Amino acid sequence: MKDIAVVSFAQSDCRRDAGACNEVELIMPVIEQALQEVGLRNSQDVDFTCSGSCDYQQGAAFAFVMGVDALGAVPPIKESHVEMDAAWALYESMLKITMGQAESALIYGFGKSSPGELPTVLSQQLDPYYLAPLWVDSVSLAALQARVLLDRGIISEQDMAAVVSRSRANAKANNPHAQLAGDVSVEELLAEAEWVAPLRKHDCCPISDGASAMVIATVERARSWGRPFAVIKGIDHRMESHNIGARDLARSASTELAAEKAGVANGAVEVAELYAPFSHQEIILSRALGLDDSTEINPSGGVLAGNLMMASGLSRIGEVARHIMNGDIRRGVAHATSGPCLQHNLVAVLEAA
Amino acid sequence: MSEDAGEHITAIETPVYLKYNFTAGQATTRFLQQVRQGKLVGQRRPECDCGNVYVPARGSCAACGLPTTEEVELGDKATVQSFTIVWIPIPNNPIQPPYIVANLVPDGANISFIHLMSECDNDSVHIGQRVEAVWKPEEEWDYAMDNIRYFRPLDEPDVPIEMIGKVPLAGWEGEA
Repeated sequence: MKDIAVVSFAQSDCRRDAGACNEVELIMPVIEQALQEVGLRNSQDVDFTCSGSCDYQQGAAFAFVMGVDALGAVPPIKESHVEMDAAWALYESMLKITMGQAESALIYGFGKSSPGELPTVLSQQLDPYYLAPLWVDSVSLAALQARVLLDRGIISEQDMAAVVSRSRANAKANNPHAQLAGDVSVEELLAEAEWVAPLRKHDCCPISDGASAMVIATVERARSWGRPFAVIKGIDHRMESHNIGARDLARSASTELAAEKAGVANGAVEVAELYAPFSHQEIILSRALGLDDSTEINPSGGVLAGNLMMASGLSRIGEVARHIMNGDIRRGVAHATSGPCLQHNLVAVLEAA
Repeated sequence: MSEDAGEHITAIETPVYLKYNFTAGQATTRFLQQVRQGKLVGQRRPECDCGNVYVPARGSCAACGLPTTEEVELGDKATVQSFTIVWIPIPNNPIQPPYIVANLVPDGANISFIHLMSECDNDSVHIGQRVEAVWKPEEEWDYAMDNIRYFRPLDEPDVPIEMIGKVPLAGWEGEA
């Protein structure tokens, strides 16, 4: 696969409730910012546009079509949508470019989770015969997974709290868009009550409203724009069974395979941004990716600091790209997930041009 | 499958109920606040070359992808852009068929919205026809499009198809 350049990235604040903003009003500012960074006017100036969102979140049918109002789609544009995190909209856009049908693309993801009850809404993505009718919510499933890890002695509650403590501190230091940030010790966290045992509330990502956007292009086109860019050297995504009981929840086999195919181990990983909605999942993921202490994990605080459902995966890639574009690092890894207990995972390797 | 495997299951029922707090959006809120006062108000982005006036506005100039910041007061008169005659009863809809659902462009706006037509001969409704809003009594006004009961025909010359969506607030005086 040819290298693809990430040229710009923008993300909104993570807010518990974006209040009166509708989808268009959430999307417009980040799209405008991502385009302006490259000197582009609107989606007419790129060859392809792809979005990621899920209508179940805000309970508005065809909300993603409303989102097109933020693009300037007159005259008509080439546009597509995934009912997934926008990391997969990036994947589709990369395929479009790789097939030679586009040289540049605008990608955006948005989620307004506040209107509904997100953990319950997410139960409806489970298999429709055995699990969805039971209304098994996303937090309860994650708690089952954490229990497996704790009972097998793979992790401790201290390990989980340490993930949260670092997330909050990193968010405070590095992430102006974070919803949860601050200095909180492992001891303070462990003193809090269990919520959905063995998870404490802080082990779970917050519910957030917001959006993110990105411009990608062929390396040739990116050079012509004359701005710093990062290149995606490898990307792969793998999915596990929808049958929770058929999976080994203590590891992420799909992430391991995606990491191998994307070439994570082909060089040093200076920064990794992992989409871990629950503290124990960051540990599963860093192991699946073969990361050790030499990698800085989630300098943004990750999604424990703010989780824009359907945009946070794209944001993970954007965060790593920004470190490279700023010249802070030369190589990093980004990860996106979807589905219960890390069912579906995407891994991308980004490097300096 | 053997005979003694029991009843052959072809379907199961698993009802889904989800509750949401819907919010209209900032631009739509501005629109609804005016409708509450008995006014149809569109929005546009003054800097846009297209100059489109949207009603009800969703927040952006869809042609350009940028926020609509300016309010544009519209009249009660509109033009039929398209219509259909509904013959089937819709569950929970008190209106008895046959009735007219029309795409209407109010004077001063460039984009149509959907509303009902009444006080008309269904068979003579046509594209380009001039209509006006029939509002409910003021004490019944709420943040809702059904503050307008329906639109009824006006005795004015038809708007030619190429001019539909371009009629100014001053109205349509017939072909010059």
